[in-house]
Amino acid sequence: MTPALWPPTAQEIVFLLLSVVAVGSALLVVTTRQLVHAALWLVACFGALAGTYLVLTAEFVAWVQVLIYVGAVVVLMLFGIMLTRAPIGRTADLNSGNRVIAAIVAIATAAVLVTVVIDGFRTAYTPLEPGTGSAESLGGSIFRIWVLPFEALSVLLLAALIGAIVISRTDIKGRE
Amino acid sequence: MHVVYPAVVAALLFSIGVYGVLARRNTILVLMSVELMLNAVNLNLVAFDVWLRDQLHGGQVLTLFVIVIAAAEVGIGLAIVLAVYRNRQSIDLDRLRELSEPTELSEPPSPNGAQPVATKVTTGGGPE
Amino acid sequence: MIVAAALIVLLPFVGAVAGLLGSRWPRGGSRTEENNARANRRAGWFAVGPAAGALVLTVWLAWQVSGAGGSADVFWAEFLPGSAEGTLTVIDTGAIPISVGLQVDGLSVLTAILVTVVATAVQVYSVGYLRGDSRFPSYSAFISLFTSAMLLVVFAADLLVLYVGWEIMGLCSYLLIGHWWEDRANSRAAVKAFLVTRLGDVAFLFGIFTLGFAAGSFRIDDVIAADISTGTLVLATMLLLGGVAGKSAQVPLHTWLPDAMAGPTPISALIHAATMVAAGIFIVARLFPVFPQPTLDVLGVLAAIGMLGAALAALAQDDLKRVLAYSTISQLAYMAAALSAGSPDAAIFHLISHGAFKALLFLCAGAVIHHVGSNLLSHMGGLRQAMPITFWTMTIGFAALMGLPPTSGFFSKDAVILAIEHSTSPIRLFLYGSALITVGVTGAYAIRAWLRTFFGEEHVHALAEPTPGTAHVFDGREAPRTMVWPLVLLAIPALLLGFIGVADMDWPSAAISLLVALLGAGIVYTTWRGAPHSDPARLLGPFRGPCEQAFYVDRVYAALIARPTLALARGVVRTDTHVVDGAVRGSGRLTLGLSSLARLSQNGNAQLYVTGLLAGVLLIAVGAVMLG
Repeated sequence: MTPALWPPTAQEIVFLLLSVVAVGSALLVVTTRQLVHAALWLVACFGALAGTYLVLTAEFVAWVQVLIYVGAVVVLMLFGIMLTRAPIGRTADLNSGNRVIAAIVAIATAAVLVTVVIDGFRTAYTPLEPGTGSAESLGGSIFRIWVLPFEALSVLLLAALIGAIVISRTDIKGRE
Repeated sequence: MHVVYPAVVAALLFSIGVYGVLARRNTILVLMSVELMLNAVNLNLVAFDVWLRDQLHGGQVLTLFVIVIAAAEVGIGLAIVLAVYRNRQSIDLDRLRELSEPTELSEPPSPNGAQPVATKVTTGGGPE
Repeated sequence: MIVAAALIVLLPFVGAVAGLLGSRWPRGGSRTEENNARANRRAGWFAVGPAAGALVLTVWLAWQVSGAGGSADVFWAEFLPGSAEGTLTVIDTGAIPISVGLQVDGLSVLTAILVTVVATAVQVYSVGYLRGDSRFPSYSAFISLFTSAMLLVVFAADLLVLYVGWEIMGLCSYLLIGHWWEDRANSRAAVKAFLVTRLGDVAFLFGIFTLGFAAGSFRIDDVIAADISTGTLVLATMLLLGGVAGKSAQVPLHTWLPDAMAGPTPISALIHAATMVAAGIFIVARLFPVFPQPTLDVLGVLAAIGMLGAALAALAQDDLKRVLAYSTISQLAYMAAALSAGSPDAAIFHLISHGAFKALLFLCAGAVIHHVGSNLLSHMGGLRQAMPITFWTMTIGFAALMGLPPTSGFFSKDAVILAIEHSTSPIRLFLYGSALITVGVTGAYAIRAWLRTFFGEEHVHALAEPTPGTAHVFDGREAPRTMVWPLVLLAIPALLLGFIGVADMDWPSAAISLLVALLGAGIVYTTWRGAPHSDPARLLGPFRGPCEQAFYVDRVYAALIARPTLALARGVVRTDTHVVDGAVRGSGRLTLGLSSLARLSQNGNAQLYVTGLLAGVLLIAVGAVMLG
């Protein structure tokens, strides 16, 4: 019943292509020498990831990804870059001294995770059914079953908002 | 769809995020790397939700929550970065070493112990 | 009687405590002139009162034990046959119990009379001698303590109780010799006296242990009565002899006595003439039955060397007090010789008479020094007119020292020589010859000191500032009354005490020694008549240097003992600083060095921390996968 891993189906090919874009742009995010470019490659990475969500039939998550990550988070990052007066052009010292050790650790992490994942899910397969991740079904479960965590999360968001304002404003003094 | 494809992609993305967190000097770049790691988790959540055919859509709902938390985290993180920048004119992680062990042995444990005296002298000298 | 003996011991002790604590009370702190005078007056009463009380009690005790018809073995048993013993408590030590008790018999009463008489005289004398000294209260309190300790030795019924008194005496002699400690030489002399006598005391303590364990008891009567093998006895008594030589200033531990003359003169009279040095002789007489012949022979040889050497040294000294100090060593050697000849009663007879006349001589010397402001014979001369009482009393003292009739020294010295003559000891001839020669030399140095002090031209001059160690400036008068009375008091026994031994005289032997003494005196006198300005010590010719330095014994000790010890001590210090401290500091430095390696990771870089964290997590994960 389970098809072989190779050759991939058409869905899988689309997924793999998007994955290549996501991983490649992620690599560029952590290696580029220009700050603003890093933010833009992050946009590409998040967009590709949104595409993979679409392939995986999670369409609502994909649009939320585009809205919040690509729309809000990256814009915030760009504001951060601007406000800290980071150099716009090419800068030599974006990497710190322990790059080699970091690379070793990262590659080791990747090796361990990939080995374990392949070993664990070699045979796992699922046919994709369109519509399961629609806004309707997702909204139904959020507001029926997950409504309490949702409310708690909204309070968290409010707290984060106020905290960010308090931290970033200079005219609010702490208690002496 | 084989589950192993999204799982491997998520693992690779996570490792790239790890590299970014460990190797980048600029704090905003470190924040971006953290976002990469979060997205790796999101991908896993979505993939496994689809694979398990969860009637409650736990995986996808959690993905949404993570996205929201990530947004909050970025907001707070950037505020902190700005505060650090205002105080130190720099957001390079490897220059923020206040927590390091004092390197000189002869240095007294609290080098700012002599500081208040000096300021007192100067303020005392001011009003005359 | 035991209560009386206990009172005799305790009275001076109470006096010492009162003098130390009560003299300045309640105005302890302020050292004004007026307060000092008040404290000195009060301390004087605290000192003289108990001493006189002890004297009265001792005389009463003597009357109690007196009576005729005892066994005539030793002479004190003839006059004072009574005895008593009392034990306050027995301390159970687990092995051999210590009985805290006193005993009274003829010997102890006799010695106690000597001690209390001299102590009273010295206390009275000190009031005048140390007038105006701000430390007089502690000084007189220490004399009281010293007297109490000596009386404890005299009356003790147990060897360990005796040892307590013995050690307190050592401590007090240290404190008193160093009374003028501002001068470094005085405090050095005090330390020397302490260390040298301590050397002997260690041997003494082990001798007590040997005797006590062999006899199974520390009580003196038990020890004497016990049946102990000769080998043990020789060992124990040889050890005891160490303590005796230390306290009684016998060769080879005599070197502290001349240096101890740095103390105030009354102290010299008390410690170094009549009491402390008497303790050694007393203990041998007390334990005489346990002394076997080999030990006595060793004692005899030491005595023979000591008496002649010290007498020759006395002949060359220029310091009046050192003359008397060497003469003390020489006279103590006489007593030791009598003991070695097997006659403790001759020894005790000479001890008593010597105690009287030597204390007299020291106190007279103190009066002279007080008057002149210097210890040196070359600064004295012609004092006969200025100090008539001192002159006459000191003349009696010197006559007794030379052994001229009718003074006490004549009879007691004759008893000693007679004992040596009649002894059966193998070294009898050696001892006898040495004693006779010493009689001659004694006559010579006594007449020399007498002539140099009181005759010839007066070249006394006022000294600008009295140095510590010599008292007061020249004031051209006889000494104060408190100093004169003790002289007269002591002159009476020095003159008359000998007649108690008149029955046992052997006139031909006495005539020989008298002749020898007069011969020595005559030679010195003729030399002095020839040239009154120069020192008759020039008679010694090339031997004068060695005699003045007491045959370089001090230097030999310094070279053989003191310097190697100091070198060793320096070596120990160097080892301590470089090896022991070095190891400690080195381990500290090593730890710091190693920790600085560990601290390299603690550099404040958060990224490095996270790297380590993740690497650790990875390792654990891999381990879990591999092993799980």
